[in-house]
Amino acid sequence: MAMAEEKKLLITLESGEAEQPFRWSAGIYGSRFLTELRDNKRFVGIRCPKCGKVYVPPRRVCGPCFVELSELVPVSDEGEIVTYTVVSFGFVDPATGKQKPVPYGYAVIKLDGADTYLLHYVDETDPAKIRVGARVKAVFEEERTGSMLDIKHFELLER
Amino acid sequence: MEPVAIVGVGMTEMRRERKADGYADLVYEATRKALDDAGMEIGEVDNVVTVSNDFFDGRTISSMAVQDACGSYDKNVSTVEGDGTFGAAYGLMRILSGSFGTTLVCVHHKGSESRMPLITNAMFDPIYERFLGIEAITSSALQARAYMDKYGITEEQCALVSVKNHRNAFKNPFAQLPLELTVEEVMASPYIADPIKLLDCCPISDGASAVILASEERARKLDVKPVWVKGVAYCSDAYHLGDRDLSDVRALEEAARKAYAMAGIGDPARKVDLVELYDAFTYMELMWLEGLGFCARGEGGKLAASGDTAADGRLPVNASGGCLSGNPVLVAGLNRIIECALQVRGDAGERQVDGVKTAVAHGINGPCGQSHCVWVLGGEK
Amino acid sequence: MTKQRSSRPDVNGKELINEAVRMALDDAGMTRKDIDAVVIGNMDHFEGINYVDTWSVDGSGALMKPIMKLTTGGTTGSTIAMAAYYHVASGLFDRVLAIGWEKNSESDTTGAIITAFDPFWDRPIFAGAVAGLALEATQYMHLTGATEEDAAYVAVRERKHALNNPYAHLHMNLTIEDVMKSPYLSWPVKMGDMCPRTDGACALVFASEDVAEDFPQKPAWFLGVANRHLWAYTSDPYVNQAIENGWWFPAMEWSAKELYDKVGITDPLEQIDVAELYLPYSFAGLRYMESLGFCGRGEGPALVRSGAFDMGGKCPVNPSGGVMSSNAIGATGLIRVAECVWQIQGRAGDRQVPEVKVALATGFGGCFWSDIMLLGADKPEKVRG
Repeated sequence: MAMAEEKKLLITLESGEAEQPFRWSAGIYGSRFLTELRDNKRFVGIRCPKCGKVYVPPRRVCGPCFVELSELVPVSDEGEIVTYTVVSFGFVDPATGKQKPVPYGYAVIKLDGADTYLLHYVDETDPAKIRVGARVKAVFEEERTGSMLDIKHFELLER
Repeated sequence: MEPVAIVGVGMTEMRRERKADGYADLVYEATRKALDDAGMEIGEVDNVVTVSNDFFDGRTISSMAVQDACGSYDKNVSTVEGDGTFGAAYGLMRILSGSFGTTLVCVHHKGSESRMPLITNAMFDPIYERFLGIEAITSSALQARAYMDKYGITEEQCALVSVKNHRNAFKNPFAQLPLELTVEEVMASPYIADPIKLLDCCPISDGASAVILASEERARKLDVKPVWVKGVAYCSDAYHLGDRDLSDVRALEEAARKAYAMAGIGDPARKVDLVELYDAFTYMELMWLEGLGFCARGEGGKLAASGDTAADGRLPVNASGGCLSGNPVLVAGLNRIIECALQVRGDAGERQVDGVKTAVAHGINGPCGQSHCVWVLGGEK
Repeated sequence: MTKQRSSRPDVNGKELINEAVRMALDDAGMTRKDIDAVVIGNMDHFEGINYVDTWSVDGSGALMKPIMKLTTGGTTGSTIAMAAYYHVASGLFDRVLAIGWEKNSESDTTGAIITAFDPFWDRPIFAGAVAGLALEATQYMHLTGATEEDAAYVAVRERKHALNNPYAHLHMNLTIEDVMKSPYLSWPVKMGDMCPRTDGACALVFASEDVAEDFPQKPAWFLGVANRHLWAYTSDPYVNQAIENGWWFPAMEWSAKELYDKVGITDPLEQIDVAELYLPYSFAGLRYMESLGFCGRGEGPALVRSGAFDMGGKCPVNPSGGVMSSNAIGATGLIRVAECVWQIQGRAGDRQVPEVKVALATGFGGCFWSDIMLLGADKPEKVRG
């Protein structure tokens, strides 16, 4: 079928702005992590009693050891870039339903004292100016609500 | 079918809101309990089947979130979307294939995190039906009316199910809603969607559960009372409500026929000692009892009124309190299997029924019990 | 298998499914009545349909039959294949219909993929599959010195192969320069490096040993299956790639090792005749060759550029054009298996590889999850499930 004819004959139904609202639980340790971000601009992780790995953000179970975790430990707000990209394609942000502004830099970040990584923005949109291993530091929003977006981005300490 | 046994079970308490726990946390709790029940370490689990629903969880591939919690690290793992009875059926197949000696099946649901009518509305066709606002309760009301009118089933007969199951729940520490009710109180509760009243409905619940299945060889190595899987079958009817006779239970009859044949059961009414079925609404208990062959079509109301289905009756039905007393969707089906397993083992605590040798568990998928899964469990191999 | 297209507004989801089902039944000389059970999969949020198993009954043919739904993200199609395998291997069913499908045109794919990730930690920042893969590509280039041109070679190869496949969505004769000049989507990943979004469905009939010889087509036999779905959080896979135990891509490396050990593959490049791999973007065609044991770490680019995986090479990869030429996500993993079946049967038309005895099919998705299967022309003594 030709495009024009197709458009004339075939009906599609737009779901519009319909959405399914949810209220997810962060859990005990997730709540502590977000509270620390919000109230104290600090990061906490959780240490596995068996393998010693420090999970950031904290989770309840170490998958490989299959034991429950409970020992919260402080983690630095500085770290280094494990890998990075600069996003330049437009897409609809499911949280807002709006087109997300591009470009922006983002990276997998290893905070000092953590064994797992965080995903977050970096304040640089030229990939040539970012490198694996570059040092970064968290920059916080003035108004904080207890969300990962309380971190504005990670600032590149070396360019 | 080669012998396969249930060797471990674990349930969280069903509650209206488990705010401190994400669903991965609930899965860990249930998985731990099942392992402890079986006296197993996670390393003895050969493979894992997780059960979830992306809509209820508000998350695409929501099973990803439970990979740590279910202990699937470095194991073969897969995910069934649907009721726990179906997930367990897949777990069973993986053992029967000869590839695995044990399967852990876990399932979670947090009804507190979403808006149930919007989720169950999404079961319906987006072009022709969804705009009507039809969802689980309204569609079930259509089915209840079709069934009740056809066979002269009364609202009072349905109310008896509510009274019985909520009362049974007092003896089940995992149940969410033990209630001491009278038929009059159920009848006086407000209509949600005629003929369904508030006290005809299951609650919204949070919970998780897990079972461990094992081949005969592996089951024999454990210090447990194995509960043997005698028969399992499932079957789906048509999708559009208009394509079905809603008063009909032919898909359940077909699933039950196959499951009983596997189990060598000719007359279920005589051979089965206990039933745990998916009573999301009171009328369903009557309809499903017919479909499961415990009475003739249209006789469900009389069966309910006879007292036979009471916990101390001839055929106890939902001695746990059923879904009416706690309904974490998906989990609820696996909980039916777990309750049957506990009863067969004689480990059902205060809700234990004497002399349960053979028990039938039942779960559903889709609107108005479109797809049914039937399990027959027994103490003898 | 339906022809893979960017959009199929002429059919609804059930009708799309039914096209593939009817083709599979016709090919097997069967009718709906002969099917004992159905397994189906897609990703719920791409079409916004809850309980696809019961919704799809009109299209799948599962009326008054057992049907079960499985969903594991990108690996959905391969998950369906494995589930159909276990259904039959259980002895409970002799003829099982496996269906994978997706109408990606019905939603914003990236938006739906973002909702796969943790609502607290990942979702606010995550930019979907493209950016997640870009992070993998950056890390791979950092570890090995691989270049964007190396990746572009894969992008060109896959599209060239697709020219032989009438079912493929993209038919593009590209050069490395074309790919290099295409705009960045998420550095270092360019438009030319990525898979498309596709509408399509695929259906396969799985049969038990007892009845497999009753069909008009010669059967392709399952030799073995394995999988690992290791992680729960977006950033977990990068941890392993960098440091843990020296495993770069443990889910794929461990599942491949398990499968090869079970089936007796010691030299994949010599023993596997054709591979249909879930390569969602070009860099995967470098790195995953290493993870699948075709070569050592960092050796992917050189082996790829030697032509070993081109048509006419030692082990042609994706004669169909692969995922980079068609990606109806829930169907994609199953299509890999279907292509292997056609290759083994000698029915792959212009994309046929000569004398295929052993074929490899993979699925990829989630947090770098891996499904892997081997199929063969000769019936094995025992399938290693």
